[in-house]
Amino acid sequence: MRRVVITGAGTINPLGSNVPKTLESLREGRCGIAELDIRDLDRLAIRIGGQILDYHPEDRWNRQQIALYDRYTQFAMIAAEEALQQSGLAFTGDLAARSGVVLGTAGGGLQTSDENYRTVYEEGKNRVHPFVVPKLMNNAAASHISMAHNLKGPSYTVATACASSNHAMGQAFHMVRAGMSDVMITGGSESMLCFGGLKAWEGLRVMSKDACRPFSANRNGMVQGEGAAIFVFEEYDHAKKRGAEILCEVSGFAMTSDAGDIVMPSKQGAARAISGALADGKIDKSHVGYINAHGTGTAANDKTECAAVADVFGHHADELMISSTKSMHGHLIGGTGAVELLACIMALRDGIIAPTIGYEEPDPECALDVVPNESREANVDVVLSNAFAFGGLNAVLALRKH
Amino acid sequence: MTVKDKVIAIIAEQAVLEPSDVTMDSTLEDLGIDSMGLVESIFAIEEAFDISVPFNANDPSESDFDISSVQAIVDAVEKLVAEQS
Repeated sequence: MRRVVITGAGTINPLGSNVPKTLESLREGRCGIAELDIRDLDRLAIRIGGQILDYHPEDRWNRQQIALYDRYTQFAMIAAEEALQQSGLAFTGDLAARSGVVLGTAGGGLQTSDENYRTVYEEGKNRVHPFVVPKLMNNAAASHISMAHNLKGPSYTVATACASSNHAMGQAFHMVRAGMSDVMITGGSESMLCFGGLKAWEGLRVMSKDACRPFSANRNGMVQGEGAAIFVFEEYDHAKKRGAEILCEVSGFAMTSDAGDIVMPSKQGAARAISGALADGKIDKSHVGYINAHGTGTAANDKTECAAVADVFGHHADELMISSTKSMHGHLIGGTGAVELLACIMALRDGIIAPTIGYEEPDPECALDVVPNESREANVDVVLSNAFAFGGLNAVLALRKH
Repeated sequence: MTVKDKVIAIIAEQAVLEPSDVTMDSTLEDLGIDSMGLVESIFAIEEAFDISVPFNANDPSESDFDISSVQAIVDAVEKLVAEQS
């Protein structure tokens, strides 16, 4: 079986404008969640989020480009550029013909939809900008990455709500492992911090007004974030032959469906995805040292996730570490698994486990080592990244130290 | 229609029952209303009375809105209507 490694990583998210800055924030346990700066904030009940601040697209792109790039596309482009630069790959000939982009996003160009609905419904105008459709479409970011980097193979977008990134990265993993491509660009991007995006979430009444405190007994909901992370998945021999720096190996992936409820998670569905990823990677569960949790900070997710982990790992559940970095960057919805993969890479490469910040009170229903409030040094060989979406769609990746 | 009748009508619609089958001491569980049905009912109440209901689905017992029975909900809505009108 062909092996798959990661040879490039890039990001922009509330914790940093690139990978080194993000890892520093994760290490320091910094919180990227603050009062939002968006239009009509006074009409929202939820006024906090993990927003990317001091961001100026006009410094990077010209007017024509910005007319085509929704904020989520911009984030994806920035992250892809960093990842590809790190990989050192240039796409020409056969490599270009077979390489593509699998991107996760839930909302796609939601900022564009929001702005233009305002134009026609609120302002009553009968005309919108000619590029609204190519700007808002869910595949716009994947397409622009393919155009910017000459990726002419299979490219598409995966939309499975909060598991979009993990499903996308799992697909890229499968494609490289199966021999369809030697290199795939993958990850996720989301920019849902606009009036409509937040108003819709408010309706579910699962959002916190003050902080995201996963696993803490006094948690009171999730907090949204925005941003992107993109990775270069490459076949091991291909990477080795060209002397590429290998960040870690992607060794297993599994996806399951709860076939239960449209919003309430299922322990069995989550547990089957976790054990499936271990089986796929031929990983002994005792070797798993860290899990980057889905850990949304809602009552429903956190206790279900902890129960699933306890079921799969038995006694070993008390020995492994599990943290939710959503406490720092918020829930990036379709982009979340990609940004969280950075914490997994940091654990494997740097031996630093990102904390769950905002942890105040133990919850007997979440009685695992959640790495409360401060990062920890630990030598781990295998890590998992969990994503459990609304709709009961679960996707878990297993990564191994290289 | 009184506040009580309107609240009962909303709950009955959610539970797919006749309003006459919704008794004041029923709990939402008795009526077969789950967490999603509850969130939808609260939305309907907010729309019907033009009020804002303080309710967080993460921890209904910690919210400032008593949902322990139909009577409790009616009382809470009456209080909110008085406060917010």
